[in-house]
Amino acid sequence: MSAVLSADDLTIRFGGLTAVDSVSFEVREREVYTIVGPNGAGKTTIFNLISRIYDPTEGRIRFGGADITETPAHRIAGLGIARTFQNIELFEHATVLHNLLVGRHCKSRTNVFEELAFLPKVRRAEYAHREKVEEVIDFLDLQPYREQYIANLPYGVRKVVELARALCTEPKLLLLDEPASGLSVEETENVAFWIDDIKNDLGIAILMVEHDMSLVTEVSDRVMAMNDGKTIAEGTSDEVQNHPDVLRAYLGA
Amino acid sequence: MELIQVLVAGIAQGCVYGLIALGFVLIYKATEQVNFAQGDIMMLGMFAAFTLIAIAGLPWWLGALAGIAITGVFGFCLDAFVLRRIIGQPQFAVIILTIAVGFVFRSAAGGVWGADPVSFDTPYGGLVVTLDENETGRTVIDAADLTIILGTLVLVGALYAFFRFTRIGVAMQASSQNQLAAYYMGIPVKYVISLIWGISAAVSCIAGILLAPKIATFDPDVGFLAITAFAAAVIGGFGSLPGAVLGGLIIGITEQLAQAYLPGEYARSIAPISGFVILLAVLLIRPDGLFAQIQRKKV
Amino acid sequence: MRFVFKTGYDQDIRFFKHTGYWQSYGFLFLTAVTAPLYLGNFEISELTQAISFAIAGLGLMLLVGFTGQVSLGHAAFFGIGAYAQAWLLASFDISFLVAMPIAAVFTGIIGFLLAIPLLRMTGIYLAIGTLALSIVLEQILKSWKSVTGGFDGMAVEPASLLGYQFNPDSWDFYYVALAILILVLALCANLLRSPTGRAMVAVRDSEVSARSMGVNIARTKITAFGISTAITGLGGALFAHKLQYLAPDGFNLIISITFLLMIVVGGLGSLQGAILGALVVILLPQAITIMKDYLPPSIGHQPGLEPGIFGLLLVAFILFEPMGIYGRWRKIKLFFDIFPVYRKATFRRQKAYLKTERMR
Repeated sequence: MSAVLSADDLTIRFGGLTAVDSVSFEVREREVYTIVGPNGAGKTTIFNLISRIYDPTEGRIRFGGADITETPAHRIAGLGIARTFQNIELFEHATVLHNLLVGRHCKSRTNVFEELAFLPKVRRAEYAHREKVEEVIDFLDLQPYREQYIANLPYGVRKVVELARALCTEPKLLLLDEPASGLSVEETENVAFWIDDIKNDLGIAILMVEHDMSLVTEVSDRVMAMNDGKTIAEGTSDEVQNHPDVLRAYLGA
Repeated sequence: MELIQVLVAGIAQGCVYGLIALGFVLIYKATEQVNFAQGDIMMLGMFAAFTLIAIAGLPWWLGALAGIAITGVFGFCLDAFVLRRIIGQPQFAVIILTIAVGFVFRSAAGGVWGADPVSFDTPYGGLVVTLDENETGRTVIDAADLTIILGTLVLVGALYAFFRFTRIGVAMQASSQNQLAAYYMGIPVKYVISLIWGISAAVSCIAGILLAPKIATFDPDVGFLAITAFAAAVIGGFGSLPGAVLGGLIIGITEQLAQAYLPGEYARSIAPISGFVILLAVLLIRPDGLFAQIQRKKV
Repeated sequence: MRFVFKTGYDQDIRFFKHTGYWQSYGFLFLTAVTAPLYLGNFEISELTQAISFAIAGLGLMLLVGFTGQVSLGHAAFFGIGAYAQAWLLASFDISFLVAMPIAAVFTGIIGFLLAIPLLRMTGIYLAIGTLALSIVLEQILKSWKSVTGGFDGMAVEPASLLGYQFNPDSWDFYYVALAILILVLALCANLLRSPTGRAMVAVRDSEVSARSMGVNIARTKITAFGISTAITGLGGALFAHKLQYLAPDGFNLIISITFLLMIVVGGLGSLQGAILGALVVILLPQAITIMKDYLPPSIGHQPGLEPGIFGLLLVAFILFEPMGIYGRWRKIKLFFDIFPVYRKATFRRQKAYLKTERMR
C-alpha cells in the first residue's frame, strides 16, 4: 500500500523548547494511524504542523506525492486534508447546516461578483454542495439537528458536527484530534463505528490522536507512541502498549 | 532658544496624553476591556474639581485632592454597577457600552454645568519661568507645563511602587495574568477589577487637573482629547504602562514640532492628525503595536 | 404553532422561507411604498435620510455583524461616496443613476486597498486603526481644496433623470432611495447565502477552523471590507443628494460611532437590524422633540439631551438585549411560533468566565 501522508524528520522549536523532535512516520491508504502519548508529548503540534498552522523548523511533509511543507494553510483542505479540533472549533452562532456548508468552501469555484448577483451558476453550485452535505448528514445521523444553532447543542453532538464538517470537504486524509474526549461510553462506541465506516466505506485514511486506549486498540491499524516530542515506539496497538519505553513514559518508572 | 520651548510644551502635552493612556492601559491589562469613556471620566473629574474650587471656594490643593478621590470612587462604582454585568461578553460589547456611557456623561455634564467653557484658578496659573532674555524676546517655559511633567513623574513612580510593593498591587497583577487562577488563590477578583477602574479614573482626573491651567478653559467636550491618548496607548503597545507614557510623549512632541515648524497651511492641517499618522505607521509595521501582547490561540 | 415541510433545497436557499415571510415582508413593502400617501413631506424626507443611513449601516453590518471586524471609521467611506458623487456630477455630464454605482465602486476600491494593510490588525488594534484612518481621511477632505472645496464645502448638483428633476425632500426621491435600498438588500442577502458570505461568518466565529476548512482569511476579510465600504459609499452618494451641500465635518468620528451604535441597537448579525437601527437613529430626535414639551424646561431644553438619551438607550440594549431590536423580535416571534413550549434558555448565550482576546 502506498503512503498518503509522510513526515520526514519533522522538527519544531518554540524558542528553546523542542516540541517535536525529528519525528518521521507515514500514513498509508485506508489505514487508521494513531498517535498516543502523555500530555505535552507534541501530538497536537504534529496536527498543527500538517494543517500548516505552524511552520516546521526542519523536515518535510509530503501528501499524495506532493511536498506541502510550504503550502499556505487555507490550501490544505482543498488538497484533501481535513481535521477536527481537540476543543471543538465550530462556528457557534451559525446553524449545523451552515457549518457543514462552510466545509464545502474549498470546493467552491464561484467568485464574489457572481455570488452578489446569485447567478444560476451559483445556485447550481449550491445544490451540489447541499447534496453532498445531506449525504454526510445521513451518514452521521445528524438529521434532527440540521437547523439548530451550534450554541444550543450538547457537547457530544458538537463533536459529531465537527466530524461531519471535516467529511464535507471530501478529504483523502482525516486528522482527528481526540475524537472521544469528553464523550460518554456509548458515544465513544459510536465514534469507533464511524471511524471504521469512514475507513472502509469512504476509503479515507485517518490520522488520530487519542487517549482512550480501548478505542485506540479497537480501530487502529498502527500506533505510534510519543514522549517529549520524540517517537518512542511504533507498531500494532499491542506492541506499543507493551513496549518498555511506553510503560516508562506513562508510569514514570 | 525656541526649540526648548517647543519641546517642553510637547513633553507636557505628551505627559497628559500619557496619563490618560495609562488609564486605558490599567483597565485593559486587568480586564481586557477597552474603556472608550476614559476621556469623559477625565472631563467629569475636571468638572468635579471646578465645582469644588471655583464654586465651593475650597483651596486649590484640597479641591484637587477631593476631586481626584470623588472621580476614583465614581470609577469604582461605574465598574461595580455597570461594566461588571457584561463580563465575558465580547470586547466589542464593551467598546459600544463605554462609548454609550461616554455619551451619557457628556450629556449629563452639559446639563449640570452647561456647555460654556469654564476654568478654575491654580496657584501657578499664568506663571512662567524665564530661561533667556534678549532684545529679540524672551524664552519662557509655562509653569503649567512644568507641573504636568513633574506631576507625571511622581504619579508614574507612585504607580510603579504600588504595583511592585503593595499586597493589593501584586494581587492586581496576578488577576490581570489569569483571572480564574487569581480567583482560586483567594483574590477577590471582582473587587480588584473595580479598584483598578477606580485607580484608572483617579489617574485620568489627575491628568485633567494638571491639564486645566494649560488649556485655560474647558467644556464638556474636553474628553475628546482621549482619542489622541488612545492612539498613544496603542503606539506603546496597549498593555505596557511605560509604553503608554512613551507613546504619549511621542505624539505630544510630534504635534508641537509639527505646529511650530511646518509652513502655515500644513501646520494647521497636519499638526492635529500627526498622532494618528504615527499610529497608522506603527500599526502598518507592527499590526499589534510596538510591544505585542497578542498570542496565537491554541487549538 | 407553525410546521414547515421541506421538499426541496430551494426552500432553504430562497429569501423568504415560507408563506409567513411573504405575508409579513409583503405587508412591510406595501407600507413602505404607500408611505407618501399618509405621511407629509417632512416625514418622507426623514425616511429618505433613514434609508441612506440604513444602506451605510448594511455595509457596516456585513463587516461587523457578519465578518466580526470592527470599524470605527466608516463615516470616512460614507464621506468618500458622497464627495465622489458630487465630484462626478460636477465634472462629467452623466446621470446621477450612473454616477452612484461609480461612486460606490470607487469607494469600494479605496476601501479594498486600505484593507490590505489594515486587516492585518485584529480586535482593538483594528478599531483604533480604522478610527485613525477616518480622522486622517476627514482631514484630507478638509484640506484638498481643489476637489472638495475644503472648509467651504461643495454643492451637489440636483438629481435629474431625462429632464425630470427630483426633489430630495419629496416622494419622488424617496422612491429612488427605496429602490436602491431593496437592491442593496438583495445583494447582501445573495452574498450571505453563497460561499463568500458563509466564509465571512466562519471568520467571525473561528478563524483557526475557517482556515483549516480552506477559507483564505486575509482574502475574505479584505473582500468583506471592500464590499462593505462600497455599500457604505453608495449610502453616502444617496445622502449627498439628500444634503445638497457637503461639508467635511459632516463625516466625522461621531457619524462613524453613530453607524456602529445603529447596527448594535438594530441587532448585530442581521440585515434587518441595520434598517431598524437606522430608523431609530433618525426617528429618535423627532421623538425627543415631541417629548420635550412634556418635560420640565430645565431638562427639556438642555443642549446635549439627544446624544444622552441615545447613550442611555444603548446602555440599556447592551445590558438587557445585546441582540438588538431584531433579536427581541425573533424571540417574540419564536414565542408565538412554538407556543406554548418556549423556554427562556433558547437564546441564552454561554457565559465564558473571561474569554481572552489576547489569544487568537
